[in-house]
Amino acid sequence: MAEKLLEAKNLKKYFHTKKGLLHAVDDVNLYINKGETLGLVGESGCGKSTTGRVLLRLLEATAGEIWFEGENILTYNKDQMRKMRQEMQIVFQDPFASLNPRMSISEIISEPLVVNKVYRAKTDMQQRVEELMDTVGLARRLINTYPHELDGGRRQRIGIARALALKPKFIVQDEPVSALDVSIQAQILNLMMDLQAEFGLTYLFISHDLSVVKHVSNRIAVMYLGKIVELSEYNSIFKDPLHPYTQALLSAIPVPSLHSSKEKIILEGDIPSPINPPDGCRFYGRCQHRQEICKATTPELRELEPERYVACHFAKELKPASV
Amino acid sequence: MQEKHEEKLVLDQELRDDPVKEDQHRHPEHQIHHDSQTIDAPIESTVNATVSSAMKPANQKKRSQWLEVWRRLKQNKAAMVGLFIITILILSAIFAPWIAPYHYDDQDLLRTFQSPSREHLLGTDNFGRDILSRIIYGSRISLMVGFIAVSISLIVGGFLGAVAGYYGGRLDNIIMRGIDILMAIPSILLAISIVASLGPGLRNVMIAVGIATIPTYARIVRASVITIKDQEFIEAARAVGANDMRIISKHIMPNSLAPLIVQGTLGVANAILSAAGLSFIGLGFQPPTPEWGAMLSQGRQYIRDYWHMTTFPGLAIMTTIFGLNLLGDGLRDALDPRLKN
Repeated sequence: MAEKLLEAKNLKKYFHTKKGLLHAVDDVNLYINKGETLGLVGESGCGKSTTGRVLLRLLEATAGEIWFEGENILTYNKDQMRKMRQEMQIVFQDPFASLNPRMSISEIISEPLVVNKVYRAKTDMQQRVEELMDTVGLARRLINTYPHELDGGRRQRIGIARALALKPKFIVQDEPVSALDVSIQAQILNLMMDLQAEFGLTYLFISHDLSVVKHVSNRIAVMYLGKIVELSEYNSIFKDPLHPYTQALLSAIPVPSLHSSKEKIILEGDIPSPINPPDGCRFYGRCQHRQEICKATTPELRELEPERYVACHFAKELKPASV
Repeated sequence: MQEKHEEKLVLDQELRDDPVKEDQHRHPEHQIHHDSQTIDAPIESTVNATVSSAMKPANQKKRSQWLEVWRRLKQNKAAMVGLFIITILILSAIFAPWIAPYHYDDQDLLRTFQSPSREHLLGTDNFGRDILSRIIYGSRISLMVGFIAVSISLIVGGFLGAVAGYYGGRLDNIIMRGIDILMAIPSILLAISIVASLGPGLRNVMIAVGIATIPTYARIVRASVITIKDQEFIEAARAVGANDMRIISKHIMPNSLAPLIVQGTLGVANAILSAAGLSFIGLGFQPPTPEWGAMLSQGRQYIRDYWHMTTFPGLAIMTTIFGLNLLGDGLRDALDPRLKN
């Protein structure tokens, strides 16, 4: 069986707001195997990006454990964490905001190398930067240009090159293509998959776009309001989703066929506020199958079948109903 | 996943044999299908195309950043005018004894209040001293006061503002409440009390004027730091392991320079005038030290009859500020790579 690279246990991130405690990430359990891509999907504001940032300790977790290669990195101090950062990197959503407008491309890509004092000689560093630019498909002539001179796709390649500079094992892809044109999305996604194959990278791929996630992921985690509601193999989740929320989500993928007989599940009601949420299932108010127990007790994420985790009291009963 | 990769690699192989052009982004043959049926089908990659184009020898000679800034500054005519004015002023400050026709303290009580003439180009004052010479000597003191006072408030205020804005929370509150206290006191009053306690003299005036204008800089820097620190590139820097010092100096400060440069250049004028105000009430420079502000306030008593006593020192201050503003604007633009032409 595949080896776990990263595992989060009971991970929580609460934000103090004026209205109360915002449960951005609430008791999240997930693991990522070496060399695979875990897709993390969910609607806006459900805590996907926060999860990604907490895993990298760009945000401090409120509670929980993060195991990376057998060590709980939440216990690391600043210096240990700085070393650890070489192993785990992030690619951001907005390639316009994630690059310092006052730095040239070579400065941006070499920053990780400078910060971590990887090279002594400037020529070595220069060479590494050029190598990275080749790797991500950026023409070398762009080396002294500035981000504003380039288009979104090229900028995102810079972001990827920066993330690769320290030869990390794990990269959080925080909606890396959602700010790009569809044609460029495809290039970037393929580039990422090529890089994964070449360097044996492990990805956490965060997105709200199911078709993108489907394209790149091995396993998929579905998140709803700070909680993982379903986590399983990519095939099984698309064939027969178990959680009512996943079912609704998948039924929303448009089918380009005139004779589509697919039944759409239209969710009613709004997402409840993540501030001071009540006990019980988070999805209670919008669920078609809700019953008394859902209001009273929070369903735990449990392993229904091997490698299939669902957080729903009635997952077993719902299974035959969905195809 | 594994199969997907293999399929794709095959396609990439095919692509590699294609003659590839420089800009491959919109290659008609590699259009992407968007219907969900084909979503699983590999989308052709054009990555390799760009890689091979990168093999061409590229112009990799990197010009030094400051040379680049200078090149851009040179293209800005207004900035060059500003630089010219400032250079003239600095040169005249340095070579004052050689340029000035008279000594700044040469009194000629027979020729007081003379209008501009060939003998005294800008006229004489109430003691018959040559105004041109006093302005030339005065540039030494006025420029020094202006620059040093602004430097003091820029460094101290900038540092406090950056720290307050970057760390936020309680530290921000403590620093900014202190700044508020400073702000509550009118700056000239504050400067007066500081000089009064330190004693008059050039150095103390500069310190007093510098301290009195700290709040402005602290607030400007804090505001721009706050808008910048939440941007993703700051987070990106943190993700690669950059420490706070590097983030502030390399990422935040360069991006919050623009308002500081503008405020700084205007601040020089204010500093000169504040120093003049202090001189006026007898806490600044003691006569006969030539100082533009002091000359201005001295001539004020005779402004109805002898316009030249106030006009020329005033023009000197104005020209300095004008030059600094032009240069400052030009610098702000030259330092911003987004405006590169």
